[in-house]
Amino acid sequence: MVFSLRLKTYIFLVLIVLFSSSGNIFLSQGMKQIGAVRVGSAKDLVRLFVEIFSNGWIWMGIAALLLFLGCFMVVLSWADYSFISPASASTYIVVPLVGHFLLGEKVPPLHWVGIMIICVGVGLVRHTAPSTTRKE
Amino acid sequence: MTLRTALFLAITVLANSGGEIAVTRAMKDIGEIKDFKLAALLTVFKRAFHSGWMRLAIGLLAVGFFSLLALLSWADVSFVIPATASTYVVGGLGAKFLLGERLSPARWAGIVLVSVGVALVCAG
Repeated sequence: MVFSLRLKTYIFLVLIVLFSSSGNIFLSQGMKQIGAVRVGSAKDLVRLFVEIFSNGWIWMGIAALLLFLGCFMVVLSWADYSFISPASASTYIVVPLVGHFLLGEKVPPLHWVGIMIICVGVGLVRHTAPSTTRKE
Repeated sequence: MTLRTALFLAITVLANSGGEIAVTRAMKDIGEIKDFKLAALLTVFKRAFHSGWMRLAIGLLAVGFFSLLALLSWADVSFVIPATASTYVVGGLGAKFLLGERLSPARWAGIVLVSVGVALVCAG
């Protein structure tokens, strides 16, 4: 099956947003369980690493972010970084929505305005050519 | 925003931008992936992870990752993740000057709007 450059770029963008959003949410859950980081000695640091790497949410976050990295690497083999990076900003809609509705975090009105402006910017970027350096 | 949060935010943004630019450089050296079978992708990843650019990327992304973990332990995810969107501006400059990408006025306008959105998110 042969996909156009734009279509295959969009397919990978959806995967990037999915894995990046879920990865950050899982990491947040894990770190909230562990609590605020306070490192006063080497013993504290070791205890912190043990706590981090024995937390299931952290491992789920790492797995999601590894999948994100794989998709990110694949799409960057043909597309511009300056296209992919801002175009993947749909994460900034997904994460606050989940933070607000599932994790009970407060999202101030001005944050929502900022997020909407970010989305307009992303829309502009998505109308540009996915690659400016590609050799046919 | 406290000084500690601002410092960790700056480390996260710079390390992530630098890391992603290094990933892009490594993947552009490999060339466009056209075979999406798992075995073919694993071969590409193996090749990529042997490149110096990818090693640099891993180092920088690890710094960004641990800095983000620390940030998330005291700040809300709905503040931290939007605030790290300033990576776009740093990344746009890196793409132009380090990767030779041609950023059209529309793409720059998009990046500027994203940065305005980030400023509002931080001010909120």
